[in-house]
Amino acid sequence: MSAASSARAALTQELSQAQRHARLTHLQRLEAESIHIFRETVAETEHPVMLYSIGKDSSVLLHLALKAFAPGRLPFPLLHVDTTWKFREMIAFRDQRAKELGLDLLVHTNPDGLAKGVGPISHGSEVHTDVMKTQALRQALDKHKFDAAFGGARRDEEASRAKERIVSLRTAQHRWDPKRQRAEPWHLYNMKKKRGESLRIFPLSNWTELDIWLYIEQENIPIVPLYFAKERPVVERDGQLLMVDDERLPLEPGEAPQMRRVRFRTLGCYPLTGAFESPATTLPEIIGETLAARTSERQGRVIDKDGAGAMERKKQEGYF
Amino acid sequence: MTIHQSPETFGYEAFLAAHQRKEVLRFIACGSVDDGKSTLIGRLLHDTKQIFDDQISALQRDSRKHGTQGEEVDLALLVDGLQAEREQGITIDVAYRFFSTEKRSFIVADTPGHEQYTRNMATGASTADLAVILVDARQGLTRQTRRHALLVSMLGIKRVALAVNKMDLVGWSQTKFEEILAGFNAFTRNLGFSEIRAIPLSAKNGDNVVLPGTAATWYDGGTLLAYLEEVPIREEALAAPFRMAVQWVNRPNSEFRGYSGRIASGRVRPGDSVTIAPNGRTSTVARIYTADGDLAEAGEDQSVTIVLADQVDASRGNVIAAADRPVQVSNTLEVRLFWASESPLAPGAALLAKIGTVTTNATVTAIRTRIDPETGQPGPAEQLTANDIADVTITLDRPVAFDPYAENRETGGLILIDRETTDTAALGLVQAPRPAEPKHAAPVVAEVVAAKPEARGLLAKLRGLLGG
Repeated sequence: MSAASSARAALTQELSQAQRHARLTHLQRLEAESIHIFRETVAETEHPVMLYSIGKDSSVLLHLALKAFAPGRLPFPLLHVDTTWKFREMIAFRDQRAKELGLDLLVHTNPDGLAKGVGPISHGSEVHTDVMKTQALRQALDKHKFDAAFGGARRDEEASRAKERIVSLRTAQHRWDPKRQRAEPWHLYNMKKKRGESLRIFPLSNWTELDIWLYIEQENIPIVPLYFAKERPVVERDGQLLMVDDERLPLEPGEAPQMRRVRFRTLGCYPLTGAFESPATTLPEIIGETLAARTSERQGRVIDKDGAGAMERKKQEGYF
Repeated sequence: MTIHQSPETFGYEAFLAAHQRKEVLRFIACGSVDDGKSTLIGRLLHDTKQIFDDQISALQRDSRKHGTQGEEVDLALLVDGLQAEREQGITIDVAYRFFSTEKRSFIVADTPGHEQYTRNMATGASTADLAVILVDARQGLTRQTRRHALLVSMLGIKRVALAVNKMDLVGWSQTKFEEILAGFNAFTRNLGFSEIRAIPLSAKNGDNVVLPGTAATWYDGGTLLAYLEEVPIREEALAAPFRMAVQWVNRPNSEFRGYSGRIASGRVRPGDSVTIAPNGRTSTVARIYTADGDLAEAGEDQSVTIVLADQVDASRGNVIAAADRPVQVSNTLEVRLFWASESPLAPGAALLAKIGTVTTNATVTAIRTRIDPETGQPGPAEQLTANDIADVTITLDRPVAFDPYAENRETGGLILIDRETTDTAALGLVQAPRPAEPKHAAPVVAEVVAAKPEARGLLAKLRGLLGG
């Protein structure tokens, strides 16, 4: 063998070895990217907070945040905007996780909305979401003077979210201006802002629904039991299965809650989130269903259907 | 061809194992207005079964309202997510789309071909492994095509899929296709592409996108998706030396002090000698900490926390690098700049620069040449306006660590930030330092750094006049 060809063989071997080592799985890459985003934000902003909505994306977000700062503690609090219409199991799960992990958890409810009795049933989904979520979020961010808020939104969820940056600037009025978005080349995030402006940070931007489930399974991340199928009381209304979580859901004439084996794909306010019939009681079964799904994740959400461009408009108004 | 096997058909464990091994290809799709880029991406998503039934019904509804394809479903509406885009039938901003097949996952940056294209394309290209450049077969190569090819080559992309679209409208003419390819090859001869793969297709009908077309009997080169599934990913980056910018010093108690960061390139093991730039101190890697336990080795793209053997002073902004292949350190950078701001840039302008994890005051001390966006040829420039590309000299108020962009995209890329609006005003690629200047140049640079901000501008202008 000539010197040149043996050198080439050695190089090829070295390269293939490097290639073997260098190959991270897709989930490892996503995890590393999210951790990097958490650390950049904490280093570059004054007073960050993590929006915690108790759902599966929030569970993943929290897990990644804990990893980013280990062995240290989480260097920011969690904020839950409580519309008072969350499933009871969600609230129980939230409180249990906060206790187990020793989290600094803030809970905010819009006091004006509460006084006026705003709810999805009495006022409709648009008003409820605006008052109890969008306005409540703005109140909480202003009250605590948070200048950066982590959220679990993903680009694959909805068309206008696909255009959102990882670091998204909001005006002092918390508005999103899709035409004034900043370039995010390489992994360089511009976190500068003027007084009163704030940032929304989306570390899960490049994750898909399937990635979230695979990661929950891989990392054994606790999630709200509502994601797993179980016999639950539901009524069928406008093609959606609504769970009768408490006595506040008024039954229409002739309606009677039936026990059906259902689970949820996303979790929001209970009268606005549809369940579906499923036998899936384990994560592999859920992942199997996710792969076979013929409808999108947000199909069970009423908010997205408040007219074309509903999500884009709500985002501009300051909805997360 | 199988896009996705359902987990039942071959078992969950097998599915999971296959998914774990899957690589991700990041690519950018570029084309001019009306080349059919959004339609092509919509077609990729649709034919790889990423589109759900409720999205299809929404699409049918939207197509009647905003569609440009007559009675047919307009796939472009799958990716044009903003109302203004749907109303005007254009793409405003970079969108990221995800799809996967059994072989690979894909992240595609969909960038507009017109307004602010420099900024958006440079952003999309900065992390891409490959570019899909669209050409309308009827139009052939346009000024935009040349601009897009030049831009992606500058951003370090080595592989190009030339998607010759709307072939159905030229009767699948082989002559037409070959003419376009020959023109493209001629133009890109000096752009450093390692591979150009031309594919005749019709995004509207789906021929040669995901499913093979039958109309072009003379073509047997495979579909666009087949190419995306087999093209090598980032093989060039494997030999790059170890670099990690310190993001955060993790010091929860007196027992632990670690430097957290994302590895920009190369590999690292406990026992490796490292240099901390810019101060130049050396140390040894003691541990590679992660929340899942210490690692015996870590590499590019991993987020880790490095514990050093010595009590060296390192902080955010420092770069930990392989001791035998150190980074360069300077307070003067030669930069190829992509100016994105609506306000013009004149020599002496004071901005902020972010490179790695350092944000520092920066003065554009000289605009040396403006680069013609179509030919790549340098020409004179006094000031820059939005979308201009130019070679400039930037002076920072402290030395920073970097590699030339051609060697390392992560440590050689920077952004400039407008101090007043806080917007990102430019993207920059750090070039190899120029050969030593005439003797008088060095003290001027030192003075510029030391001088007060107001004096800096003057000095910079002076330097500009002197042709520095």
